[in-house]
Amino acid sequence: MPSLKELESQINLDDIDFSDLEAKYAVSADLGSENYVVVDGAPKAPASKAPLLEKVLRKFLSKAGEVLEGEAGIYLPVEDNMTKGFLFAQYKTAEMASAAVSQLNGKPLDAKHRLYVNKISDIEKYCSEGSVPLSFVEPEIPPMESHGYLKSWLMDESGRDQVALHFSESVGVYWSNKKNEPKAVFEPRKGFTSKYAKFSPKGTYMFSIHPQGIQSWGGENFERINKFVHPQVRLIDFSPNEKYMVTLAPTPIERPTTAEELKDFPFGPESEGHKLVIWDLLTGEPVRTFALPPHLEGLKEMPWPLVKWSFDDKYCCRQGPDALAIYETPSFQLLEKKLVKIEGIVDFEWAPAGVKLSGSRVEGGEHVLSYWTPETTNQTARVALMQIPSRKVIRTINVFQVSDVKMHWQDQADMLCVKVDRHTKSGKTFFSNLEFFRTTERDVPVEKLELKEVCINFAWEPKSEKFIIISRLDDGNNNPAIPRNNISFYVREAPTKGKAVKFKVLSNVENKHTNTIYWSPFGRYAVTATIAKSSGELDFYDTQFENEKNPKLSEVKLLKNEKFGGMTNISWDPSGRFLAAWSTSWVHSIENGYKLYDFTGNLLLDETVEQFKDLIWRPRPATLLTSADIKSVKKRIREYSAQFDEIDAMEADAATRDAILLRHKLLEEWKEYRSKYATHESKEQDVEAEIVEEIKEEIIEEKEEIVE
Amino acid sequence: MRPIKLMGHERSLTQVKFNREGDILFSVAKDSSASIWYSSNGERLGTLEGHKGTIWSIDVDSKTSLCATGSADLSTRLWNVETGECVYSWEAASPVRRVAFSPDNLRLLAVNDKVMGSKGAISVYRINYDNVYEQSNEPILVIETREDATKVTVAGWSAEGKYIIAGHEDGYVSKYDGETGAFIETVRAHGIHNEEKVVSITDIQFADEDRLYFITASKDKNATLVDVDTFKVLKVYPADAPMNTAAITPKKNFVILGGGQEARNVTTTSESQGKFEARFYHKIFMDEIGRVKGHFGPLNTVAVHPDGTGYVSGGEDGFIRVHYYDKSYYDFEFDAERTDRVMSQAQKANA
Repeated sequence: MPSLKELESQINLDDIDFSDLEAKYAVSADLGSENYVVVDGAPKAPASKAPLLEKVLRKFLSKAGEVLEGEAGIYLPVEDNMTKGFLFAQYKTAEMASAAVSQLNGKPLDAKHRLYVNKISDIEKYCSEGSVPLSFVEPEIPPMESHGYLKSWLMDESGRDQVALHFSESVGVYWSNKKNEPKAVFEPRKGFTSKYAKFSPKGTYMFSIHPQGIQSWGGENFERINKFVHPQVRLIDFSPNEKYMVTLAPTPIERPTTAEELKDFPFGPESEGHKLVIWDLLTGEPVRTFALPPHLEGLKEMPWPLVKWSFDDKYCCRQGPDALAIYETPSFQLLEKKLVKIEGIVDFEWAPAGVKLSGSRVEGGEHVLSYWTPETTNQTARVALMQIPSRKVIRTINVFQVSDVKMHWQDQADMLCVKVDRHTKSGKTFFSNLEFFRTTERDVPVEKLELKEVCINFAWEPKSEKFIIISRLDDGNNNPAIPRNNISFYVREAPTKGKAVKFKVLSNVENKHTNTIYWSPFGRYAVTATIAKSSGELDFYDTQFENEKNPKLSEVKLLKNEKFGGMTNISWDPSGRFLAAWSTSWVHSIENGYKLYDFTGNLLLDETVEQFKDLIWRPRPATLLTSADIKSVKKRIREYSAQFDEIDAMEADAATRDAILLRHKLLEEWKEYRSKYATHESKEQDVEAEIVEEIKEEIIEEKEEIVE
Repeated sequence: MRPIKLMGHERSLTQVKFNREGDILFSVAKDSSASIWYSSNGERLGTLEGHKGTIWSIDVDSKTSLCATGSADLSTRLWNVETGECVYSWEAASPVRRVAFSPDNLRLLAVNDKVMGSKGAISVYRINYDNVYEQSNEPILVIETREDATKVTVAGWSAEGKYIIAGHEDGYVSKYDGETGAFIETVRAHGIHNEEKVVSITDIQFADEDRLYFITASKDKNATLVDVDTFKVLKVYPADAPMNTAAITPKKNFVILGGGQEARNVTTTSESQGKFEARFYHKIFMDEIGRVKGHFGPLNTVAVHPDGTGYVSGGEDGFIRVHYYDKSYYDFEFDAERTDRVMSQAQKANA
């Protein structure tokens, strides 16, 4: 075996490329010089004056940090008995040196002299030959990366909706196909998300959650659009117009230490330790980060969203103890640099649309938020409306014996229903009052609906003054086996002169287990459901069922009752045509899968899927049709539905399709054949047909009597 | 659809007919009296007595003043509908199988059977309304059966009495000039759709809307729709039993076919096997839509109410069944029809 020496002699070391090793073990030239600064522009003084000059300069430089003692601290080079006008200084730490650069560079020492302070490492970095190109090179703007048309799904010819299905580890997006199996837009991707998937509020983007952060997807084939680095992110939320995203991670942001990692890290040093991040969805950059307020730290269940947005994304608001912090977009600075102090505030809600306050001329309506504060020893509980940005409280009501308050804005923000749960004086039993703020009228009148029962659920019909409440009489008997919930359909009747406003009960269903309400996104149809551990049930209602005898009168009619034992969730599709109900394995493993109903409750699809987790309809943006357009569509609905029915039938199978096409052809041929005779006038028409009155007898009742 | 069952005949029905308004129903059977009924409740208005044999055919003029019957007793008779009086009788050399008023009521055709040495012919008589008792005994026109054709089984008038359309025993349909009786053309409407040997045409009924096309029924188990002008077979409606009668429904695009197992086999077949149902087909698409049960013998004749509100069937079993349609009948439409209707409505509305 040859010795090492022999081997070395055999190998020509020059032939070996060590560049990789060199790069790996390269010693940084500026190592240790981080504490040094070079100061230029100092006075040139005779050598004799040098100690004095040094003293002056030391004093000046010490403003930024501690300069080392003696020669090691400040070195003034001397040449030809004169100081050279520049000097070197060493600070105790690199941070101090950096501070000196940022604070002292360009500052005047006296009237004549201005000092230029630079780090030695920077001088070496930028002044060595070739390290900085002499000619200006225009920075290259990366070519725009197209992700296709992000709203392509809205152009589907048959107007289908998309739905994301999440089962076991995979997520797939599908076209909802009525009775037929959903058709995949993309094949289910395994490990698409580590937690859950979500669509943005108008459906443009889809989001997946990963330990490193969030990814957004979109376009026709759901390609990746953006990455949002936020380690350990848990919760996400969006502003209503998809401009901003809010994310929360249970672990605070920590900046990585290596330069390599820092390059892709979106947060600056000021975000260190923060948990809540607001992102700009278009740029993918964080716009503001927040630390979690101390009262929210360590909570088992985090209230979410923590940041609530005004209807137009103009303001966002966080609630802190005894105050609201309202930020203006896009600067994300505190509105008027002040918190809104509200003693004891428990909860607040933005109006979901612009409020047309009486006397207001703001186009699109004003920004209004509602909040409530609880009872204290010498003050009643209060519910108030506040206008933003003026911070003017436009209406307050006082309520007492309050145990809880829930605020339900009607979606057009014309009305706010405040559900006040109150307790009797003894505090043993509960009942509810509903207070309706009419925000568009002068002085914001408040109307009151007093219930004997406690209201456990409330829901406005979209764009209407109708609402459904579920209530139960609180008499201390809490046996869950006895169905005791009442479902009531109400409508507010405009008050006639001099009379109090009336809330008319359209229908009332008693003694049910029903606990949830789902209005169709376009109103009229509603589903009330029982979602409980042991049972699941859906009731489909038409709240404007045409009365056959008097078509002007409409009534609430139960269209269908359906059972779904394992049901955990319900969701209307964005068009209000279908309702999906599912059982998720996140809750239990009974009957995991989903069912699809049409709006009248006919079961269209019943799929059992192992480890089914989630069903997410892709939201649609608001319609672009004007109300006149919608009217004309409604007028022509028969025409459209005939075509749709035919398309449906043709889709079912090829044979039917051929038959329908053949019939169309035959019908055309027949019409053509008959059109030849369209002008034919028959002479026999001369004989006038007689109008014959026929008397028809009808047996109304038949009786048989036995006469004895 | 619960029918009114009319029991007024002792033997098999041979023809039923509505008057122009549809309020009165005429029926003839193999017994020798014709019956007249109120169609709305099935009450019998009266009978026409006088024939001495089977009455094969009946027709009523559009004013419901006169009606004509053709009988196996070698006569064609004219009756006053109001009084039930026989106002005139034409003698013939052979049984009269079919009678029909021309659309202007002024002429009456009678189909003479080819039996007993008679060659068979279509005789046309002029009707004198001025004095109904005085009719000309001689026909104004006699269309003899052509040498190259088989005997005429049924015949009728096309629009304005322009043509006389005759159905033959061999499945052909012929067109003659209504004035001169000149032969114009002939088409083989039956005996070409399958292998059936008996292909005789059993019925011809015109479309109520303008009498410009008609339906034929045949023993060859088919019915066809024929255009008067071009004389081409437009549609074929296949059935699974010999067909005795067919009618075109007004208002809705349907046709009604009736027939069933041959009368002589009836005793050996059960009601369900006999195919004694009225069959509804779509006139344009030729798809069978539905059947109406009820008779326990073959259907010999059907007639549709001119308002499109019902139909009447007369069976070998001797019963007449008057049907008024249910809502489902009016609602029924094929997807293609519905689209077409809705679209044309929309076009009208937009215009």
